[in-house]
Amino acid sequence: MLAQEVGMSSDNDKSVARRNFLRTSLSLIPAVTLSGSVLATGDTDAKRNPSSETPADARPYQPTFFKPLEWAFLLAACDRLIPADDIGPGALESGVPEFIDRHMQTPYASGDIWYRQGPFIDSLSEFGYQGRLALREIIQIGIAAIEKYCLAEFSGKRFSDLTAEQQTDILKAAEGGKLELEDISAKLFFSQLLAETRNGYFSDPLHGGNKNMGAWKMIGYPGMRADYLDWVGVRDRAYPLPPVDLSGKRG
Amino acid sequence: MATIKKKVDAVIVGMGWTGAIMAKRLTDEGLHVVALERGPDRDTQPDFAYPRVVDELEGSVHRRFLQSLGQETFTIRHGINDTAVPFRQMGSFKPGTGVGGAGAHWSGCHFRPLPEDMNFRSSMAERYGSKFIPDDMTIQDFPVSYKELEPYLDHYEYVCGTSGKAGVINGVVQQGGNPFEGSRSREYPLGANADYLGAEMFHKAAREMGYHSYPIPASNASGPYVNPYGCQLGPCNFCGFCSDYGCLNYSKASPNACILPVLRQRKNFELRTHAHVLKVNLDDEGKQATGVTYLDAEGREVEQPADIVLLCAFSLFNVQLMLLSGIGKPYNPETGEGTVGKNYSYQNLNRVVLFFNKDVQANGFMGIGGGGATFDDLNGKQLDNAAAGFVGGGIIWARQPGAGPVRGIPVPSGTPAWGSDWKRAVADSFRHTFYFEVQGACMSYRQHYLDLDPQYRDAFGRPLLRMTFDWHNNEIKASQFLVDKALQMSRVLNPRAMTGESKKEGARYNATQYQSTHTCGGAIMGDSPSNSALNRYLQSWDVANVFAIGANAFPQNNGYNPTGLVGGLAYWAADAICKQYLKNPGPLVQA
Ligand SMILES: Cc1cc2nc3c(=O)[nH]c(=O)nc-3n(C[C@H](O)[C@H](O)[C@H](O)COP(=O)(O)OP(=O)(O)OC[C@H]3O[C@@H](n4cnc5c(N)ncnc54)[C@H](O)[C@@H]3O)c2cc1C
Ligand code: SF4
Repeated sequence: MLAQEVGMSSDNDKSVARRNFLRTSLSLIPAVTLSGSVLATGDTDAKRNPSSETPADARPYQPTFFKPLEWAFLLAACDRLIPADDIGPGALESGVPEFIDRHMQTPYASGDIWYRQGPFIDSLSEFGYQGRLALREIIQIGIAAIEKYCLAEFSGKRFSDLTAEQQTDILKAAEGGKLELEDISAKLFFSQLLAETRNGYFSDPLHGGNKNMGAWKMIGYPGMRADYLDWVGVRDRAYPLPPVDLSGKRG
Repeated sequence: MATIKKKVDAVIVGMGWTGAIMAKRLTDEGLHVVALERGPDRDTQPDFAYPRVVDELEGSVHRRFLQSLGQETFTIRHGINDTAVPFRQMGSFKPGTGVGGAGAHWSGCHFRPLPEDMNFRSSMAERYGSKFIPDDMTIQDFPVSYKELEPYLDHYEYVCGTSGKAGVINGVVQQGGNPFEGSRSREYPLGANADYLGAEMFHKAAREMGYHSYPIPASNASGPYVNPYGCQLGPCNFCGFCSDYGCLNYSKASPNACILPVLRQRKNFELRTHAHVLKVNLDDEGKQATGVTYLDAEGREVEQPADIVLLCAFSLFNVQLMLLSGIGKPYNPETGEGTVGKNYSYQNLNRVVLFFNKDVQANGFMGIGGGGATFDDLNGKQLDNAAAGFVGGGIIWARQPGAGPVRGIPVPSGTPAWGSDWKRAVADSFRHTFYFEVQGACMSYRQHYLDLDPQYRDAFGRPLLRMTFDWHNNEIKASQFLVDKALQMSRVLNPRAMTGESKKEGARYNATQYQSTHTCGGAIMGDSPSNSALNRYLQSWDVANVFAIGANAFPQNNGYNPTGLVGGLAYWAADAICKQYLKNPGPLVQA
C-alpha cells in the first residue's frame, strides 16, 4: 500500500466519527432554527473534541446572502449532493454552503461575464441557457420554488424537514427534469446548484469551501504546487506530497 | 465629437499574437506604430505571478483572462432559416482579451500545416477527381504554398522556442519526428519535452497499431532558451495550469514573453490599452482607410488616423470589423455573392478517456499545454479519403494540459453525478486517468458563414457577429472514423474503463461545451476577389491599406491547431508590407 494512501485512510477514520456527529446533530435541529443552531453545533463539537482537526478560528459561518430558510435548504441539499462518508469529507464540514454564500456575492454570480441583453428567445439546448436570470437569481428562485413544491406535496413540510431519502428523490427528479416547478426549470436550477457545490468542494480554501483541503486529500490532488518537472517521469510510485493551498498552508 | 490623434504610419487593432508580430516587424522597419487593445495590459509579472495565477476558480470558472461576454458576444444558429440566439456564457470557444490576447493563455501546440493543406482543393481533386468534393463544400486552395511560407513558419518557431523533433530536414527523414511533414530548413529550436505517462502509453499503442507517432511540437520550452529577439524562456515545469492561464514561469511562448519585452522599449511603438476599436474609417469613396475610431477607457470616442490599418483582433472580430466598416462585400449564402463572412469553419474535436487501476500513476494534475504525442498517419496524403469516405483528415493525440478538480474529474459512464458513488468514482479516477483526443479538419460550406445579427447588439450598440454553423455529414463521418481508430488504439492499453463517443448521425453543433478556440475563415485569402476577401498577403482586395491577419484567412481548417500557420502568415504579410507595400502603396496583387 502506498504511504500517502495509508495516511489518507487513517485521516478518514478520525474524521468519520466527527462527520457522523455533525450529521446526526444537524438532522435533529428543526429547520426553522437551523442557522442559529449550526453555530451551537460547531461550538459544542469543538468543545467536545478539543484535539479535533477544527482549528480555533473556525467559527461557524454566518450567511450574509442567504436568508435563514434558504440557508436551511442549502445545508440539507449540499449534504445530499456530497454526503460525509468513509470516502472523504462531506459538503457541510468542507464549508461548501459558506462558499456558495460568498460566491453569490461576486460579480460572477450577478452575471457580469454573461451576455444578458434581450430579447430572450427559447431555443435549442445546444445554444445554452437563454433566460434572463443571473446565477444568484437562479439559485434563489430555485430554492423558493422547491420549498413551495415541498409545502404543497408534503403537507406543510419544508425540504429540510424531509427524510434524506425524500430529499434525494426530489433532487433526482430535478436533475432529470422530471420535477415541475413554478417560475423556473428544475433542471437548470439543479445543474447550477450542483456546479456551485462542486466548485465549493474542490476550489481553494481561500474561497470558503474545501476546509482543510479535505476534498483534495480525498482525490490525491497536490493543490497549488504547480511544479512537477521532477516527477513527470516517475512511474512506480504515487506522488508523495500532500496538498498546499494558495495561502501556502500544507494539508 | 471624437478627439483626433496625430496620424501614425500604422495602427494595429488588437495586441495578441498577430498584433505583436506585425508591430515587431513594422517597427523594425522604422514605422511609427500605435497598437490599440480593448483589454488591460498584462505581463508575466505581476499578472501571471504565482500563486495567484493558479487559482482554479478564477481561471476556469470566472475565466479571469477571457473576454467578458457582458460587453460583446456572438449569436449562433444552425441554419440560414433559424433565428440566432446569443452565446450568453462562454462555451465551445473562448476568445481572449488584454495584452497577449488568447496567445497569453493558449496551450502551446504549435503545428505547421502539411504542404498538401495549402493546396487542399486541388490535391483532393487530383487524387479523387473533383466529383469527390460535394457541391456545397466551398473549400479552396490557399494562394500561398508551404514552400513559400517555410522561412516564416521557421522564424515563428524560433521566436517561440518551440520544442519538438523534426521529421524531415531538407528532404531527409529524421528518426523520431513526423516522417510525413513538409520539409523544414532546420531542427526545432529546443528538443521535445519529457513524456508523462499518458504520452508514453500513446507512443506504445501507436507503435502497436503501426502508426508513426512523434512528440507534439510545443511552444512550452523544454529548456532554457533565448529567442532571436533576446527574450528569455525557462524550462516548463509541467505546472498543470496552462490552457486558460498565463504562464507563471516564462516557459510558454506568448506575445508577452517573446515579443513585447522588445516592443515596450521602442520609441516608435505605442501601446494603448482599454482602447476598444469600433470601426475602421474609410474615405468618401470607400477605397482607402483613413484610420480607426475607438473608445478609450472612459468611453470617449477617439479617432486614430493612420496610413495602414492592421486588423489583428482575432479571426472573428476581424470579420466583424470588416462588416461593420463596409470593407468588401458581405457574403450572401443564397446567391454565393460577396466574400466577407464566407467560408466560416471550425474544428472537429472528440475525446476518449481511459480509466486505469490505482497502480497506474497518470497524475493528470501534472500538465503541459502543448506537449504530448500524436501521429499523421490519418492526416493529409497518408489518409485514403476515398476508402474512408470523407474529405479532410485529422490527428489523434495524447495531451495533458493539466487537470484540476474544479475543471471537472472524468468518471466512467454510468456513474451518478453526485452522492457517495460519485465521490468514490472521482477518488478512484483522479490520478489514474488520461485521455486521447481526435482533432479533425473542418470543411467550409456554402451555408456556413458570418454576418451581422439583425437583432442583438453589443454594449456599444453595434450589431453582434452572427455565426451560421452546423456539423455536416462529412465531419460526422470523419469523427466516427477517427474516434473509432482512437478507441482501437486505446484498447491496446487495456484500461479498466473507457468513455468517449464520436458524433452520431444527425449531431448538431453544440455551443455550450468547450471544443476549441480554432474558429477559422470569414475573411479568407484567395487568388481572386471573386473567391476571397483578402489576397495572398492578407491585404483586403477592396481597401488596399487594410490587412486582416489571423485564422480568418483560412479557406477551411486543417487537422492541426491553427496558431503555427497564423504566425507564419503574419510574418509573411509583414514582410510583404515592408518589402513591397511601403515602396509602392496599393494593391500587392492585381485583381
Ligand atoms: C484556451 C485556449 C487554448 C488554445 N490552445 C491553442 C494551441 O494549443 N495551439 C494553437 O495553435 N492555438 C491555440 N489556441 C488558439 C490561439 O490562442 C489563437 O489561434 C491565437 O491566439 C490567435 O492569435 P490572434 O492574434 O489572431 O488573436 P488573439 O491572440 O486572440 O489576439 C486578439 C486581440 O485583439 C483584441 N481585440 C479584439 N477586438 C478588439 C477591438 N475591437 N479593439 C481592440 N482590441 C481588440 C483582443 O482583446 C485580443 O487581445 C488556443 C486558444 C485558447 C483560448
Ligand atoms: S505548463 Fe509549462 S508552459 Fe504551461 S503554464 Fe505551466 S509552466 Fe508554463
